[in-house]
Amino acid sequence: MITKLNHVSVFVLDQDSAYDFYVNKLGFTVHTDAAMGPGMRWLTVCPPEQPDLEISLMAINAGMMFNAESAAQMRALVSAGTFGFGVFECNNLQATYEELKAKGVEFTKEPTREFYGYEALFKDDSGNWFSLGEAKAS
Amino acid sequence: MHPSSKVYLYRRVLNAKLFIEQNYTASINLNEISGEAFFSKFHFLRIFKSAYGKTPHQYLTAVRIAQAKQLLQTSRPVSEVCFTVGFDSVSTFTTLFKRLVRQTPALYQQTQAERQRQLKATPLKYIPNCFAEKNGWVNNRNIQ
Repeated sequence: MITKLNHVSVFVLDQDSAYDFYVNKLGFTVHTDAAMGPGMRWLTVCPPEQPDLEISLMAINAGMMFNAESAAQMRALVSAGTFGFGVFECNNLQATYEELKAKGVEFTKEPTREFYGYEALFKDDSGNWFSLGEAKAS
Repeated sequence: MHPSSKVYLYRRVLNAKLFIEQNYTASINLNEISGEAFFSKFHFLRIFKSAYGKTPHQYLTAVRIAQAKQLLQTSRPVSEVCFTVGFDSVSTFTTLFKRLVRQTPALYQQTQAERQRQLKATPLKYIPNCFAEKNGWVNNRNIQ
């Protein structure tokens, strides 16, 4: 039976820029960074407390996965902020919000108390959006 | 406490956190760090821990160990890495590194060197086959 998730893909416009965003701004660790030939790279990062969850920062290039037309469509969709790939968690939302904002992360929603919890929304350097919530006290 | 007061306090401790990140290689103490936030030591400790889940000293150690892990992925001697990241004793560095990383610095360096060798030689071992196939890497003779 399925026990856990260990890989998830996030499509990015530029892997170098995404590396800088996820590692230097969000504070994620690099799990695997492998050159796979000219213009091809397998790059995965992990949230600090989940070293077994690899987030694959996937380039959108015409090739095997995308043809030229679908690659262009996908890049346009990512740039337009179509995709929300998940929800991150932190111990203190206000403090994390202040820190990430100071590091240049773009927030589309400030920390706000909703009926389901305390939440903010931010975008990565490609345009993908994520929810950031505060962990509930156990 | 009024929400805007909390925001103000978090912005002040953020200065201290950023000070640690920018000056971890130097010998810095709590007085210096709390001074960056314009707090008394007691209040600074409490608010920093509330904001970041660690005391300032724990955070300083964590930053140093994280940087040490990066440097130990090169062939630089362990002692050189120790002093570069701001520790003044190899035994203290080794003890703290082992506590946080669960390996000695030397063993970590060896393990990482071997991993890098394997990653370069057989990168497909580190990639789920579905992604490798979708990207056309499986049948690429240039990639093992």
